[in-house]
Amino acid sequence: MNRENAIAILLLTILVFLFPQLTTDNYILTVGIFIGINSIVAIGLTILMGYAGQISLGQAGFYGIGAYVSAILSLSYGLPVMLSIITAIAVASIAATLLAIPSLRLKGHYLAVATLGFGEIIHIIINEWGPGGPSGFGDIPHFSIFGYTLQSTVEYFYLIWICIILIMIFSLNLLNSMTGKALRAIHDSEIATLTLGINITFLKIKVFVLSAVYASLAGALYAHYVTFLSPSGFSLFYSVLVLMMVVIGGISNIWGGIAGAIIITILPEVLRGFKEFDILMYGLILTLSLLFMRKGIVPMVIDVFRNKFLIKIRKNDA
Amino acid sequence: MKGLGKLCLCLLIFLVFTFFTPITSHCKEPYRIGAIFSVTGAASFLGEPEKNTVLMLAEQINKSGGINGHPLEVIIEDSKSDETQAVLAAKKLLEKDKVLAIIGPSTTGESMALVPIMTQAKTPLISAAAGANITQPVKERYWIFKTAQYDTSAVEAIYTYMKKRGIKKVGILTITTGFGDSGRKALTELASKFGISIVADERYGPKDTDMTAQLTKIKAAGAQAVINWSIGPGQVIVTKNWYALKMGIPLFQSHGWGSKKNIELAGKAAEGVIAPLGRLVVWNKLPDKHPQKALLKKYATDYEQRFKAEPSTFGGHAYDAFMIVVEAIKKVGPDKQKIRDYIENKIKKWPGTGGIFNMSPNDHCGLDVSAFEMVIVKNGDWEILK
Amino acid sequence: MTLLLQFLFSGLTTGSVYALVGIGFNIVYNSTSIINLAQGEFVVIGGLMMWFFLEGMQFPFSVSFSLTLLTAAVIGLIMERLTIKPLLKKGDLLLMIMVTIAISILIRGILMFKFGKDPYTYPAFTEGEPINFYGAVITQQTLWVIGITVLCIILLYLFFNKTMTGRAMRACSINIRAARLMGINVSKVVMLSFIISSVIGALGGIAITPISLMEYDKGAMLSVKGFCAAIMGGLGRNRGAVAGGFSIGILEALTAGYIHSGFKDAIALLIMLFILFVKPAGIFGKAEIMKLRKF
Repeated sequence: MNRENAIAILLLTILVFLFPQLTTDNYILTVGIFIGINSIVAIGLTILMGYAGQISLGQAGFYGIGAYVSAILSLSYGLPVMLSIITAIAVASIAATLLAIPSLRLKGHYLAVATLGFGEIIHIIINEWGPGGPSGFGDIPHFSIFGYTLQSTVEYFYLIWICIILIMIFSLNLLNSMTGKALRAIHDSEIATLTLGINITFLKIKVFVLSAVYASLAGALYAHYVTFLSPSGFSLFYSVLVLMMVVIGGISNIWGGIAGAIIITILPEVLRGFKEFDILMYGLILTLSLLFMRKGIVPMVIDVFRNKFLIKIRKNDA
Repeated sequence: MKGLGKLCLCLLIFLVFTFFTPITSHCKEPYRIGAIFSVTGAASFLGEPEKNTVLMLAEQINKSGGINGHPLEVIIEDSKSDETQAVLAAKKLLEKDKVLAIIGPSTTGESMALVPIMTQAKTPLISAAAGANITQPVKERYWIFKTAQYDTSAVEAIYTYMKKRGIKKVGILTITTGFGDSGRKALTELASKFGISIVADERYGPKDTDMTAQLTKIKAAGAQAVINWSIGPGQVIVTKNWYALKMGIPLFQSHGWGSKKNIELAGKAAEGVIAPLGRLVVWNKLPDKHPQKALLKKYATDYEQRFKAEPSTFGGHAYDAFMIVVEAIKKVGPDKQKIRDYIENKIKKWPGTGGIFNMSPNDHCGLDVSAFEMVIVKNGDWEILK
Repeated sequence: MTLLLQFLFSGLTTGSVYALVGIGFNIVYNSTSIINLAQGEFVVIGGLMMWFFLEGMQFPFSVSFSLTLLTAAVIGLIMERLTIKPLLKKGDLLLMIMVTIAISILIRGILMFKFGKDPYTYPAFTEGEPINFYGAVITQQTLWVIGITVLCIILLYLFFNKTMTGRAMRACSINIRAARLMGINVSKVVMLSFIISSVIGALGGIAITPISLMEYDKGAMLSVKGFCAAIMGGLGRNRGAVAGGFSIGILEALTAGYIHSGFKDAIALLIMLFILFVKPAGIFGKAEIMKLRKF
């Protein structure tokens, strides 16, 4: 992990611990929780797209597997929540491996449609066979660890953001390792990487599974926080939303996932004030952001920051 | 170009910050009620009339001096037909706006997602959705009420009618959403009780464009009638397909059929379609002494005048939920616990748009099969079947 | 036999629209390598604007028809000039695709604002009883939908093979750099491709609305199905989109008829996945061409 990222992690940690001290508003904390859940999915997709150059429109499928498997295991089979979350993640990674082996032969639009097809099939399955069918089901147990059950919004806020900090540390280390460097090489040129003797297929599958692990973890956390699930939140619409987060936040930087999640989650909340106009405003803001902030928020902020900073250093030198 | 990019960035950051600024407090102390409806998204056909109804009623009440002199403020949030959004909206209403009660949401799924939140916040929720498990088991739904009739009541109305006509084999066709699914459950569960057997159980998606295949299969299975349980464009498409196929067996629709617009859209294909409907759509055909008539007439004419559109039974659910809350506040003042107790114990023989309500500690809906009339489409208009 | 025929008719009706949306995708893809995910929105624009001119303004049929196509063409033109053109030089395909998604949300917002959330319909093109064909029934409007699809395919074939402009567009789809060197105005080709695809989408909307009604948010589903159709047949090949569209439509109808209607989408998708895994470039796609393209 380089110095900038270490500082950023430190800042994030401080912010996460300070935030609930600054506000007692449960509504803002709840929004914070949903930002966190979306961030986890978006971080996974950023690694997959920005570093391995693969596209996925099926994240909602893994998100749904995580949520449904964990909820069903803990509700109907009485498994402890921690164990059911881990099982759910395992199921999602098996599904991801099975999907990855044939589909990573595909490229671009073809890969997008294959993952889209997978996501939609999962959506149909939970719609047909999920408990409660399309109406969904409730009374899912709350998250509990070592016999302690989390109840309040603040506790969930901490839980989810600590997960994010751990995920970020893990991901940054991974990207800095050999694997990460090989991944970047794949993104730049597959053929060149191949000639270096790196097993591309295996690497791609690994990253694909990693993104599924993150998405399913987020899904499981969602299930045990909201304690109600219905298929509508796990459709293609969510996959597209996550894709939008990644692109708006900045595909070339792993922090872009979090930035995108913040914007895409808060935007509809802010636009509540516009009543009927909100869908119009939403579309307009997205279009303008994509047109004028082409690299995404995080890379752009870094650019602006570097420019200012460098000019200052030069002035000091003179 | 680069400048515009920075401008965009600043705009986004500004928007994010406006989110964290606290709202200014109001100088006069109004009574605040929250409302969550699916104004956009898949269930917008429910949310739209509900929103309009509540807007109109709040205006009327404030014009006539509010509740006991206090102005009434209704904060309506759009849940976009999505549970996550419904949860966020509820949190906002409870934490930021400090509402006394929440009306809605429009769908069963969203209502279910709010059950734990409302229970924790000890605030009454009066849902406008139909699902039975919103208010059952009643012990665990201490704070939850609903004003939409049970799906099972609508199914009972249809089956009773069928039994009288000697129809024994039916094919059912349901939409793959919460509405269709709860209808499907009710239809399959109650069938044996009325001596009816379901010979085909078919489904279709909310955006499907042609249901000929499903109807053909139902006909081939030897059904004596088709029951379609859906809402939105699907029910019109089914009607058109049914007409084009000349199926020769009657078509029954759910209580979601009650809109003149459906007759308009289906044209002559709608002739002969039968459905159990709330009395709102047929108010002008009710006898004058019917306890609901005066109220239905006022609601229907007011709504038509204000929005240039026909009111729907779904708007009626919001009407009932809103008026129940208003009456409770009027009687007991701004106290959440007392409002809840009043609704549970004092709403008896209370005429609403959906029927005559009889709330009790064992029933947080208070409506039964008598809320429906069997209605047939004849010459482009409704006609009550005896 | 009658049953099978009836299921086939049902599949052909829905398949036609998927095919038209798929062809729209192909035309834009050939000139830009992107998928215009707002394509489904143009079907909705077609249906709703036709209603607006025909029922709202009470214009005669032919006038409404031409005005609707014109409106769609203008919207397609504006969309391309304002959003795709400035991004094309940089060539960031993913960004362009995301922009088309954002535009589709914007168009949906505008349509909702103008038309509300109710479904709309207007009378079929020709009045008359459904036609009985060996016991299976087919409505006259279904014949119109299929007819319009076939006509579109023939006209497009003639355009791309017999006219100079059409050939220039094909040249761009094979190698955009070489086409530019040959003096083809690529920017104009891209603009034209957006206009043509918008008009085709709108045509589909006009034809299907009397059968399936039209409401502001139907576009997303049509985009997804059309996307699958185009991919299944092999991106960039119009006969691929036609084959893909009709096969998805017929597969759905047959599954609904013979297996179960609850799984009709799932089985169509499974078969699409299977085809992709066996033939990664789609039924008519060429693997060699795919290798040369990033997307």
